[in-house]
Amino acid sequence: MSNMNTAMIEKYRNNFLKEVEANVEEGEWVKMCMQCGVCSGSCPLGPYWDHPPQEIFMMIRAGKREEVLSSSSMWMCTSCYNCIARCPRGLPITHIMHGLAHYADRLGLAPKEQPTRKFAKHFWDNLTKKGRVNELKLGLKLYFMNGFGEGIKTAMKMKDVGLGMWKSKRLSIGELWGGHSIKDTKGLHAILNKAREIEEAKAKKFEG
Amino acid sequence: MAKKEYSFYPGCSSQKAASASNYQVSIDSMCDVLDIQLNEIPDWNCCSASIGYAGGGELPRLALSARNMALSEQAHPDQDIVATCAACWLATKETQERLHDDSALMEETNQALAEAGLKVKADKNIRHMVEVLIEDIGYDELGSKVQKPLEGIKIAGYVGCQTNRPFGIAGESFENPKYLDKLVETMGADPVENYDRKVSCCGGALAFSEPEKSQALIKEIIEAAYDGGADMIVTPCPVCQMNVEVYQNHINKTYNTKFNMPVVYYSTLMSVAYGKSAKEAGLDGQVIRAKKLEEIAGK
Amino acid sequence: MSDEKKTGCYICKGCGIGERLNTSQMATIAEREARANIVREHDFLCSAEGVAMIQNDIDNEGVNHIAIVACSRRAKTEAFNFDGVAISRGNIREGVIWVRPDTDEAQETTQEMAEDYTRMAVFEVNAMNVPKPSGEAEGQTNILIVGGGLSGMTAAIEASKAGYKCTIVEKSGALGGHAAQAWKRIPQHAPYKDPEDTGIDEMIAAIEADPNIEVCLNSRVTRTSGAPGRFSADISTESGDTKTENFGAIIQASGYTDHDVSHIDKLGYGNADVITQAELEALAREANGGPIKRPSDGKEVANVVFIQCAGQRSDEEGHLPYCSGHCCLTSIKQAMYFKDQNPDIDTTILYDDLRTPGAGGEDFYRSGQDKQVIFTKGAVNQISSSGNGAKVNFKDRILDEDVEIEADLVVLATGMVPNSGVNIDEVPQDEPGQFEVSVDSILNLTYRQGKDVPQLKYGFSDSHFICFPYETRRTGIYTAGPVRRPMDDQQAIEDATGAALKAIQAAENAQLGRAAHPRSGDLSYPSFRREGCTQCKRCTVECPFGAIDEDEERYPKFNEGRCRRCGTCMGACPVRVISFENYSVDTIGQQIKNIDIPDEFDEKPRILVLACENDAYPALDMAGMAGVEYSAFARVIPVRCLGSTNLIWVTDALNSGYDGCVLMGCQKGENYQCHFVKGSEMAHYRMSKVDDTLQSLSLEPERVATYEVAITDIERAPQLINDMAETIERIGMSPFKF
Repeated sequence: MSNMNTAMIEKYRNNFLKEVEANVEEGEWVKMCMQCGVCSGSCPLGPYWDHPPQEIFMMIRAGKREEVLSSSSMWMCTSCYNCIARCPRGLPITHIMHGLAHYADRLGLAPKEQPTRKFAKHFWDNLTKKGRVNELKLGLKLYFMNGFGEGIKTAMKMKDVGLGMWKSKRLSIGELWGGHSIKDTKGLHAILNKAREIEEAKAKKFEG
Repeated sequence: MAKKEYSFYPGCSSQKAASASNYQVSIDSMCDVLDIQLNEIPDWNCCSASIGYAGGGELPRLALSARNMALSEQAHPDQDIVATCAACWLATKETQERLHDDSALMEETNQALAEAGLKVKADKNIRHMVEVLIEDIGYDELGSKVQKPLEGIKIAGYVGCQTNRPFGIAGESFENPKYLDKLVETMGADPVENYDRKVSCCGGALAFSEPEKSQALIKEIIEAAYDGGADMIVTPCPVCQMNVEVYQNHINKTYNTKFNMPVVYYSTLMSVAYGKSAKEAGLDGQVIRAKKLEEIAGK
Repeated sequence: MSDEKKTGCYICKGCGIGERLNTSQMATIAEREARANIVREHDFLCSAEGVAMIQNDIDNEGVNHIAIVACSRRAKTEAFNFDGVAISRGNIREGVIWVRPDTDEAQETTQEMAEDYTRMAVFEVNAMNVPKPSGEAEGQTNILIVGGGLSGMTAAIEASKAGYKCTIVEKSGALGGHAAQAWKRIPQHAPYKDPEDTGIDEMIAAIEADPNIEVCLNSRVTRTSGAPGRFSADISTESGDTKTENFGAIIQASGYTDHDVSHIDKLGYGNADVITQAELEALAREANGGPIKRPSDGKEVANVVFIQCAGQRSDEEGHLPYCSGHCCLTSIKQAMYFKDQNPDIDTTILYDDLRTPGAGGEDFYRSGQDKQVIFTKGAVNQISSSGNGAKVNFKDRILDEDVEIEADLVVLATGMVPNSGVNIDEVPQDEPGQFEVSVDSILNLTYRQGKDVPQLKYGFSDSHFICFPYETRRTGIYTAGPVRRPMDDQQAIEDATGAALKAIQAAENAQLGRAAHPRSGDLSYPSFRREGCTQCKRCTVECPFGAIDEDEERYPKFNEGRCRRCGTCMGACPVRVISFENYSVDTIGQQIKNIDIPDEFDEKPRILVLACENDAYPALDMAGMAGVEYSAFARVIPVRCLGSTNLIWVTDALNSGYDGCVLMGCQKGENYQCHFVKGSEMAHYRMSKVDDTLQSLSLEPERVATYEVAITDIERAPQLINDMAETIERIGMSPFKF
């Protein structure tokens, strides 16, 4: 049987749905979507999604693993929770999108240059380091995430914002040297490592 | 009235010299008048907000909020947890609900917390400061403390997303919550009726990663406030406040607008109405100055 | 009761009537002009005391004709209900004081209105007789049930439980129909999560053990004649034996046939592994709970695709235009046959609009999703053989792309076609005396209008779907189940239960010579003056209920039991020989003729309003209750159905000086609201020819207007009257004043 046929046979099978149910946060809800499209119509960044949530759910059911996991769509979620509030079937859509994004990133399938993915990863690294967010470092990291030249440009463009924040005492240069931290960073790291360990042990193996 | 005590989760943005430090200033002033004592959770950590999902899976993220709850249970065992930041409140409340409803998750979370010698019960309510104001104190009592009514100021109540969805304030609708308007009225100011971007999204964390898309959303929020004749916008959320306030210059450049709309917290309004000084109300933390409030505070 | 006519007129002064109107003046008119024998006023006529006053006159004064001049005939019907007398009602409350302003200027015309209604009530009742049963009624209450499927069996069991004998005539060799061919049924009980046993075997056993139920297998009905209470049916077996039995009522539960989609190429039916829902039931029964195997080579099915609306819900050639109602739930049920046996089997349901009606429909859908049945919105391009099962090429309407998937088995939801016998609009009845049995007919009625019950759309039987859903247009014959409209098992059970109760009611009513709804209990029936009849057959053709046959000499033969008392025959008759004791050309004609027509120079036109008593008249009553005013020149006469309107009423009115006529009937056509189905349509048709009459009188065509009026037209109905008043003002008064 040719590869094309294999690919064809994989369509509209339960394989990917089962994978999502096993490994994605709130993934067991995906099958309950009734395709009304209210989520897609309620999303503030709806027009920018390659595949709005309604389609993502259908794609999962149609077995489009690569397309879903490599999509930039889920990274467009602003966490406004409009879809959750409005879904007539009560699907926790925001969480499913976060879960899919996380799962895609864990598998290394998420689009590498997706800005929200990069920002979100920096955010996590930033907050887990000292237990609290260092806004200045996070901001600078963000400006420079596309390289030094880009960073200078972004920083210049954003300098009035930073200046405004600094003037109103809502941004401190002091953050560069140390900044806010919790005391028990060691304990926090131990907790997070353990949590990650438990979660990874639970995850089922699925072939891509 | 007896002093009300709560276990307090301030969150990263309200720390000294952070983006919502002015929010904290006004919260302290407001609580002083209302005889509310906020007992800070010792050594609290970041909740990872709504953007932590890329790096953190479900359990690590829940563990972050669970650690805060565990510390609160140790230090203030009988107190509900109160948050002022929408994202902090949402993440913590979500964690509390999930742990409460799912015994397997609870067990795994405690397994992780045990690494730092902690244990969580997750049996206390997680509340937003606005809930405390409305439910524990009430509009009448809030109004009775007003010394300088904010007369003649028209204010658009921008509720935003995360204090509204998915939990929201009890008794309010997702599509048209009224509590900010009622608070505005209670303080003697005029709410903008039918403010049609009341619950629209400002882009949240994507204001950093997708600035153009987010600023397009923010523009609509500000424009609708102008359309409603607003002098300023009031919000209960630090991300909303920052996003709507600080990008107005950029938006003006992109869209050829002339926005100069102050964006304040409900606690800013209340501190001024309760007779606090501009500094005590955190008005010096405005990037766009709220001159009408400064005038009243200066009287 | 003596045969001598003695009329009492009773005028009520309650509800503000006494304050608004000069009732003693009305009493004088009733006595002097209308010549009522006894006239009495009362402050509160519907009170026990008022009613007793009337009853006393009946008992002791010999009053047998009663004109009650008070509120609408639709009000206080219990109080003003006197046995053995003719009763008319003059509506001076809803029809006069409530639709007129309480002002000095309006007083004169309002009083004139009330005086006319007094005249009309007395003249009407004088033209009426007390209806007596014809004596045609006969005593059969057992019920003939045609069809032994789920609907027919349910009807039999329900009728038997109520104490009625019945006979099931089933054309095949066994009871159970389609339902007996199913492996499981759609759940009918909470929590609506899993398919249920069909329960058909238990039903068959119950019927076989029931002495009230006779079962005739391999049998057909080859001739049906008579009327409710006295139906006669020939029941013939395949071998040619025929017996004749009598019945009180008939339930036609002739069911459906699976839609044949073999001619629709894209559905690929004909490939071994492309089957219908019915064929999957057979495979599932064969599997008996084990793995279901595909027909081509017996391989266990590992994936299956269900195609919804296969040959349905489309105007394309060969497709059914309608939704069959059950197929989505049936496919969900069938997908569970696979999932419950082995959750790893892939099941895809390809739908356009998923419709899961009924109390448990949504829950069952969710249960299907919960079992990982994949629901995909899409449209089939082509189904074909893959050499290893079948290929389905379709457009995914959510993902907006054409895709092809392979399946071991494809199941088509083909839909149901009603077994409704012959379409009498297309197949005329044999000429009298030459009746031949039709093998296509279900009932082989000898009725003049045709051998089966009339159809409305797509072959489903015609019934008033809002007000009287079980009724067909053949009184005493009830359709139940998918022959009435597409439906699933649970709906068929409810339908058959309802039909059984209606059949019992019809048989019992027939015993007493009483009408079925909407004139339930009416004892009158149409009679005709044979010597005046021209044998034009209009009554036979126009009767919406096929009640009229022809006798050997080609005169109309009225079958009282089949009649609904609408009077459409009376309206149709050009020589006016048809009448009811309590409703005739004369009872209305007397009212029209005896109102006071002021002369042309009084500037007081008169507008005759003939309003259907089912919708338009209540709308006008409600207008009164709501304080909506209309012209004081209107004189409203309720008619049983606008179909009973005889052209002579309009001609007489115009001849005697009325300035305009407004006719109000119910909505007609495909979505009709007419309680007598065709009456309003017939009336509109007749009135479309009224122009000739007007022309011969040299009158403007605007003087007669015919409308469809709904019961909710509380503002519009008065407006239509006012419009006519304005028209008259514009075109001037009628020249026919005397």
